[in-house]
Amino acid sequence: MIRSMSEYAANGEQPEVLFWVGCAGSFDQRAQKITKAFATILDKVGVKFAILGKEEMCTGDPARRAGNEFLFQMMAYNNIQTLNGYGIKKIVTACPHCFNVLKNEYPELGGSYEVIHHTTFLQQLINDGRVRLKEGGAFKGKKITYHDSCYLGRGNNIYEAPREVLLALDVELVEMKRCRTNGMCCGAGGAQMFKEEEAGTTRVNFERSAEALDTGATLIAANCPFCTTMLTDGVKNKEKEDDVKVMDIAEMVAASLAE
Amino acid sequence: MHLVQQILFIILGGAAIYLFAKKVGSIRRNINLGRDEKINDNAGQRWKNVFLLALGQKKMFKRPVPALLHLAVYAGFIIINIEILEIFLDGILGKHRLFAPLIGGLYPVLIGCFEILAALVLISCVIFLVRRNILKVRRLSMQELKGWPKEDANLILITEIILMSLFLTMNTADLVLQSRHIEHYTQTASFWISGNFTGMFTGLSDGALIGIERGCWWLHIIGVFAFLNYLPYSKHFHIILAFPNAYYTRLIPQGEMDNMKDIQNEVLYMMQPELAPAVTGDQAGHHRFGAKDVMDLSWKNLMDAYSCTECGRCTAVCPANLTGKKLSPRKIMMDTRDRLEEVGKNVDKNKAFADDGKSLVHDYITVEELRACTTCQACVEACPVGIEPLSIINQLRRYLVMEESNAPQEWNLMSGNIENNMAPWKFSPDDRDAWAQEMSSS
Repeated sequence: MIRSMSEYAANGEQPEVLFWVGCAGSFDQRAQKITKAFATILDKVGVKFAILGKEEMCTGDPARRAGNEFLFQMMAYNNIQTLNGYGIKKIVTACPHCFNVLKNEYPELGGSYEVIHHTTFLQQLINDGRVRLKEGGAFKGKKITYHDSCYLGRGNNIYEAPREVLLALDVELVEMKRCRTNGMCCGAGGAQMFKEEEAGTTRVNFERSAEALDTGATLIAANCPFCTTMLTDGVKNKEKEDDVKVMDIAEMVAASLAE
Repeated sequence: MHLVQQILFIILGGAAIYLFAKKVGSIRRNINLGRDEKINDNAGQRWKNVFLLALGQKKMFKRPVPALLHLAVYAGFIIINIEILEIFLDGILGKHRLFAPLIGGLYPVLIGCFEILAALVLISCVIFLVRRNILKVRRLSMQELKGWPKEDANLILITEIILMSLFLTMNTADLVLQSRHIEHYTQTASFWISGNFTGMFTGLSDGALIGIERGCWWLHIIGVFAFLNYLPYSKHFHIILAFPNAYYTRLIPQGEMDNMKDIQNEVLYMMQPELAPAVTGDQAGHHRFGAKDVMDLSWKNLMDAYSCTECGRCTAVCPANLTGKKLSPRKIMMDTRDRLEEVGKNVDKNKAFADDGKSLVHDYITVEELRACTTCQACVEACPVGIEPLSIINQLRRYLVMEESNAPQEWNLMSGNIENNMAPWKFSPDDRDAWAQEMSSS
């Protein structure tokens, strides 16, 4: 069902779009569900897509943000070789960190592609009528808050596409006090995901999750596998995991597809 | 008598302008100690930023209350400068209210507007003092402001209050003198604010009134000259640098990190040795990766440091700071300026920088602060004048990791995993598409 780029190439075919899965989406158990949800949507609506499969590597984002430019450049070199080797033109990814690096940082290194974040891609599919949503789906009228990830929001000025997808699901969108350009980080960026936080009075994800819970929403919508993990942990910390779920927008759309 | 005043004024004014220009020259030199960076693209967008950010104060209005108060002080400052021009010309030419006969009935209207602005500046500055010292607004009373920064802020506000009071008192005395038809006091219609206070002075003799009027005039202009020379030593220098800083601020997406061309090439030559240029005898000396000290930062980073007025909007939105970590983006900017001033003095003394055994990293900014950054760009987004604390943090982090191999153990593991398993976690690269196989088989 899911075909790799090498399979496409072997048949002399080009996909409509390359789905860049990312490390979290590939390996992290929670994020795999987002990956599967997004792949299911693409498959159901007949988007001809490919993955790089075993040929995909870390974009180098956490290495670069931690300060290890050598490692970043190595990863970028290898990925660009692979992508250019297949003649990739268009990439969609469910990770805003991969999105930012592929879109903004690879062109200067010789890798120029049309790069789209999955929430924008979903919005386009809905607008084009390719994704059709159930009438009165599972989220209709539900009080939902949306967490802007730093690298999609401030990093790349994408605030509306994810919200439009949520509105297409007929949710009651309630904003947190800090949203859009003022949105607060989940605490995972800048390679923080991979180390313990410095000493402080609380954790960044606890602070952000508390703000999300304050809205009274029963579901926190996210657009990033790292945010999803951080917010899920924050909700657990407040012992609200039975009442409040954290879901990626792709998972919400996948659960609302018309038969 | 007039001639003495004129000569005194010209000497004072000349000295004030000379000293100011000299200090600005030394700041310019300090900024140019930074790494070269070409910023000359997209002039249209850059001018737009000058108009929106600096002139229009667009980002200030994210916080409407301080924005309105700041707007009053800012408008007052800019517009009252027209009055300073008259005072300046009066001083040089030995005239009094030079513009009054030239514009006739418009003159009292103009002065009336200046007076209203002066009153607004005065009120705003009092409220600012209350916010800082009595209400203790969090971002205005944090650790890094202890000592000189706090005194600096209060001194600026008090000076402005004094200057505005002198201006209004001078006008009040002037109106009373006009009503008594004293020589030299050009007749104008009453002024909007000072006109209501003339009752205060009616009991005084002509001599005392002239003393008050002249005293206020001189104290006001001396105060203005002194303030001008105080600016470059103070955080208040932002009133000048906000404009060029808004022009040179970044236009590319905030998420994008600067590329390191030398490392890009190094990796390229390692992968494709045939592309490497022939090795010549005179290899460039030691080249530092990232930034250890202020000279390793770009000139724009250094201009950022001099443009910062320590308002703390960056720190107020920093997720690390909000959760009690030591990182404060404002402190990054303050430390950069303090270190640059120190380096500048070193260069003045020794003609070129002589190693003083200190550096921006470690001696001013600690590793703990740098590590706490999530690169969320909230600080960059928050700055009303386009300062980028994140750019400095990133360069210092690069130095730590690439020159000192100074990284937490978890980051070393992460790097090892990326290098060996092509992912930051220790998973087998063969399992990267395991999810897809699961989907296909179910």
